[in-house]
Amino acid sequence: MFVRWIAIIAAATLAGGAAHAESAKLTDPQIAHIAYTAGVIDITAAKQALNKASNKEVKAFAEDMVRDHEAVNKQALDLAKKLKVTPEDNDTSKALSKQAADKLAEIGKLSGAAFDKAYVENEVAYHKQVDSALETQLIPSSGNAELKSLLQTGLKIFQGHEQHAEHVAASLK
Amino acid sequence: MPGRLSLATLLFLAATAVPARAATIEIVMQNLVITPAEASAKVGDAIQWTNKDVFAHTATAHNGDFDVMLPPQKSATFVLKKAGTIDYYCRFHPNMKATLVVAP
Repeated sequence: MFVRWIAIIAAATLAGGAAHAESAKLTDPQIAHIAYTAGVIDITAAKQALNKASNKEVKAFAEDMVRDHEAVNKQALDLAKKLKVTPEDNDTSKALSKQAADKLAEIGKLSGAAFDKAYVENEVAYHKQVDSALETQLIPSSGNAELKSLLQTGLKIFQGHEQHAEHVAASLK
Repeated sequence: MPGRLSLATLLFLAATAVPARAATIEIVMQNLVITPAEASAKVGDAIQWTNKDVFAHTATAHNGDFDVMLPPQKSATFVLKKAGTIDYYCRFHPNMKATLVVAP
C-alpha cells in the first residue's frame, strides 16, 4: 500500500515536472496529439494485459480499456479530420511514450498474480496522471470549442477508468 | 388438481396485471452523465435508459436489483418490482451515479 502511494506521488511529480518544463502554451494540434497518444498508450498496455493477465476481472477491465479508448480516439481522429488539423508530435507526447514503453517492459517481465497487480496499479497511477494533465494543462490550453468538449468527455472517461481500476485493485488485495 | 392449479395461476396473473397504469420513465446517459440523477417511479413502472454515448455503459444497482447492459447508442428497459430507494451506477465508469426512488 505504502509503495503504491510512493509510486503514485512519484508519477504525479513527474507529470508536474513535465508540465513545467513544457511551459510554453500548447497548440491544438499538439494537444490533439498528446490526447491521442495517451489513449494509444492505454490500449497498448491493455493488449499486453489481455495476453498476460490471469485474473478474470483484470482481463475484463483490459477489454473495457481497449473498447473505450478506441472509441475516444476514433472521435479524436474524426474531429481532427473535420477541423482539418494534423496532430503534431511534441515533447510531452514523446515523454509520455517513453515513460509508457519503459513501464510496459518493466511490467512485461512479471507473470501471474504479480503481473495482474502491477498492471492494475499502474492503470490507477497512469489515469491519475492523465486526469491531472487534462485538467491543468490540456483542457485550459485548448482553443477550439469542439476539441475542448472532447477533452472534457475524455476527462470523465479517464476519471471513470481510474475509479474502476481502484475497484479492481481493491479486489486483488 | 391440474385445474385448480391453473385457476390459481389465472387469479395470480389477474391480480398482478391489474395494478394502476404503468408508466415508462426515460433516463438518458450522455457524455458520461445520467439525467435525471434522481427519478421517481412506482412499482410496475418501466425504466428506460438510453445511452447516447459511443461508449458502453451499464445501469447497475448497488443492492443487486438490476444490472442492465447499455451498448453505445442503444436503449434498454427494466420493470421495477420492489419499492425503495435504489442507488445505481455504471460498472465501467463508476463516476456515473444516479438514484431511483420507487414508491409501492
